[in-house]
Amino acid sequence: MSTAIASRPGWLPRFSKHPLPLLLGAGIIGTIVLLAILAPVVAPYGPIAQNLEVKLQPPSVDHLFGTDNFGRDILSRIIWGARIDLQMGIIGVFFPFLIGTTVGAIAGYAGRAVDAVAMRVVDIVLAFPFLVLMLAIIAILKPGLTSFYIAMALVGWVSYARLIRAQVLVAKSADYVTAARSLGYSHLRILFRHILPNVLTNSIVFSMSDVVLVVLSGAAISYLGLGVQPPTAEWGIMIAEGQNFITTAWWITAFPGLAIVVMALGFSMLADGLGEKLGVRE
Amino acid sequence: MTPLLAVKNLAVRAKMHGHEFDLVEDVAFSLQRGEILGLVGESGSGKSVTCRALLRLLPGANLSITSGEILFDGRDFAKMTETQIRNERGASVGMIFQNPASHLDPVMSIGDQVAESIVLHRGVSKAEAWSQTVDLLRQVGIPDPERRARNFAHEFSGGMKQRAMIAAALACDPQLLIADEPTTALDVTVQAQILRLLMDLRDKRGLSIILVTHDLGVVAQACDSIAVMYGGRIVERGPKRDVLKAPFHPYTSRLIACQPAHGLGAGLLPSIPGQPPSAGDMPSGCRFHPRCDLAQTSCRETVPGLKERVSGHLAACPITEAGITEARP
Amino acid sequence: MNLHRYRFILARPLQLLPVLFGISIITFVLVRLIPGDPARVLLGAKSTPEAVARIRAQFGLDEPIWLQYVYFVKNLVLGDMGKSILYKMPVLQLIGERLAPTLLLILGSVILALALAIPLASIAATRRGRLADHTIRLISTAGLGFPPFWLAIMLIIVFSVKFDLFPVAGYGDTWGDRLHHLALPCFTVALALSAVITRNLRASMIAELASDHATAARARGLSERRVFWRHVLPNAVIPAINLLAVNIGWLIGGTVVIESVFSIPGMGQLLVRGIFTRDYMVVQSVAMVFACATVIVNFLADVLTVAIDPRVEL
Repeated sequence: MSTAIASRPGWLPRFSKHPLPLLLGAGIIGTIVLLAILAPVVAPYGPIAQNLEVKLQPPSVDHLFGTDNFGRDILSRIIWGARIDLQMGIIGVFFPFLIGTTVGAIAGYAGRAVDAVAMRVVDIVLAFPFLVLMLAIIAILKPGLTSFYIAMALVGWVSYARLIRAQVLVAKSADYVTAARSLGYSHLRILFRHILPNVLTNSIVFSMSDVVLVVLSGAAISYLGLGVQPPTAEWGIMIAEGQNFITTAWWITAFPGLAIVVMALGFSMLADGLGEKLGVRE
Repeated sequence: MTPLLAVKNLAVRAKMHGHEFDLVEDVAFSLQRGEILGLVGESGSGKSVTCRALLRLLPGANLSITSGEILFDGRDFAKMTETQIRNERGASVGMIFQNPASHLDPVMSIGDQVAESIVLHRGVSKAEAWSQTVDLLRQVGIPDPERRARNFAHEFSGGMKQRAMIAAALACDPQLLIADEPTTALDVTVQAQILRLLMDLRDKRGLSIILVTHDLGVVAQACDSIAVMYGGRIVERGPKRDVLKAPFHPYTSRLIACQPAHGLGAGLLPSIPGQPPSAGDMPSGCRFHPRCDLAQTSCRETVPGLKERVSGHLAACPITEAGITEARP
Repeated sequence: MNLHRYRFILARPLQLLPVLFGISIITFVLVRLIPGDPARVLLGAKSTPEAVARIRAQFGLDEPIWLQYVYFVKNLVLGDMGKSILYKMPVLQLIGERLAPTLLLILGSVILALALAIPLASIAATRRGRLADHTIRLISTAGLGFPPFWLAIMLIIVFSVKFDLFPVAGYGDTWGDRLHHLALPCFTVALALSAVITRNLRASMIAELASDHATAARARGLSERRVFWRHVLPNAVIPAINLLAVNIGWLIGGTVVIESVFSIPGMGQLLVRGIFTRDYMVVQSVAMVFACATVIVNFLADVLTVAIDPRVEL
């Protein structure tokens, strides 16, 4: 958010901005990545290790976040789950980013028919509610993580395509592009070596906040039973599994949800901080 | 005759990233009823800050009036409570701005914006306020005011917008109008019309006007007196004719030399070398000394105060006062 | 009133035809992509040969693919979306029964979200940089990352299990009963939605508070309160309306999940059940109805924007 820029009267000097959100966000995400990598070392128990003698235990010194109906340690499952949820966030953004950037760049640069067709497709995909189209595609494939990634790639690229196209349209008429063209560079070279590097900032910042959406969708799809399958430790599934025990064991649902909230907050702050630092308007 | 407005020793301080510095210092001037005062200076010289300070319209906690009196008809605006000063705004003093397009609410009709303050200050009915509004719009030269009152800002041309701003500012018949670069954003022909309108309003209503501008041509055309600002201070003030004809401050002289009418013709305009100082980084002593041909070592050390040189004509330059007209190396 | 500004209402449906065409193509293709005989896919594994034959005839499944699409559209236009294998009834009728709970849920959520977001954003914007602002900013930033289904369960734990204020699940028979059942689901979606709106509104309110026209209004003697209500709020709400329209897809997705959490017999639950039971006629039809609803909502948002923002010409 760059409200400081918008709200500054023209006759006042500019105020500096806080680096705090950026640092906090980077700290949170860094910690989660570290925990995910070191899961075998850090997690006190295995992610699917059952111990029916200690099932449905409330949080205690032995099990900081309690145990579930199979006696599995919630904390350990959350730490292991970070691997899956981080992976969902990153892969779930990577392919849409790649496809959307390519389509948007080509559409914006080529213009005319190519642009018209690409943008109509974008309109049509955007007409479908995001999650509904995801669910419909997953229904055709089959429930699972791979289907989630495929559906994500098929649906998620449109936002990037729009973003990049709009900026390529502007950059296309910039002086440095005219200069490159007068030097006789090929279109491909101009587009990918000269224009794209200059317009990627917005998309990168957007992808940070997009991770939040992707992680939430992934968790929701797993919660509905159409994503990651049990007994894998994943935060959305853990919430679904805990729902049967809300009257007796709130901790089974509460802690995985908090994990999602913390991770999402981290990425949101990272996106906000980066956006302010790089002067990107939302 | 006691002046309508007497500003004494006004200072505005800014707080930014832990630093504090004065945007405006030691500003003093007075204004008679029916007088048009031209407040002149480059951008960043403190003209706009001064104007906003007069009505206590400085934004937020970052800017504040740290000293001075703003005596309007004997009442000190600087010492009023927030509610008291609010009752003066619009009622005693109206204000118009450089960019009329952004200073009108885009989603409220022009008429509603004018009528709003009539209802507020006069307590009349909406219907009565509306008929006064239409009347006002006619007075400021908006054709077909009954219909145009229902238009929105984007349906008005630049000049019409400024006329509407003037109508809104004058809705409650204030005695003083502060006009912050009212013609800068307009076409030349429209500029002249707006200036004409302001002078008419002065003649018909006895309105006093503070006309902020960086254009000495505007001053020559419309003003009675002139105050020149540089680096947050008034460096020279006096009757228009005296100041324009025989300036005492080197900055004023340079400014006059930069005007097309006095120069060597288009394309050969002299300019003042160097940059105007920025608020956080003021030079010591006389603010103008780094750009001044006549600067002496003493100029670097003490801040010169305004001294009366001829009756009613003050300037803050001890060098010209001593009769020195050439720089010493 | 300038009626010519509303002329787009007549022209727009024509411009939307390509999008509607695209939507029908995508839903048509989706089901054809499933491996196996489309008739069997549509009818489920336990279908009788007679039923298969009937579907083949109705959808022209032996004809070339483009003709199949023509049959598909023709059936749609005639209001025939096929029959649900799970519910053994026409999909159109099924959707008609499930529409009301979903509509109520979305409408209730939007109203609640605005009722939350406008005061919160106002407080944050007018107390910028102070504790209240920081708190509201932090909560709304965090709120963006709250999984709605998890939030729903947490609210159930507090309000239904612990305090027994609201039912855990279901829809109810009388209107009062239904509102009682929908209160918690609406509140859940509203909380998530209000996080987005609050951030947006706060930002535009701050910009509007510092805007030139607000300064000019202050210079005319208007109180801070009046400046806010008459000049800041109307200008700040306009982008928020567009934000709501842009987020309608997200909102529909949210209700799909929330209906599953609370077992509300709406379109979302129909969709999720349809996916599990491979009831493709239902999946395809619900997806299409949701897509058309999104298009219509965006159209309505345009009408609303033209109505409140005199600058906009469409």
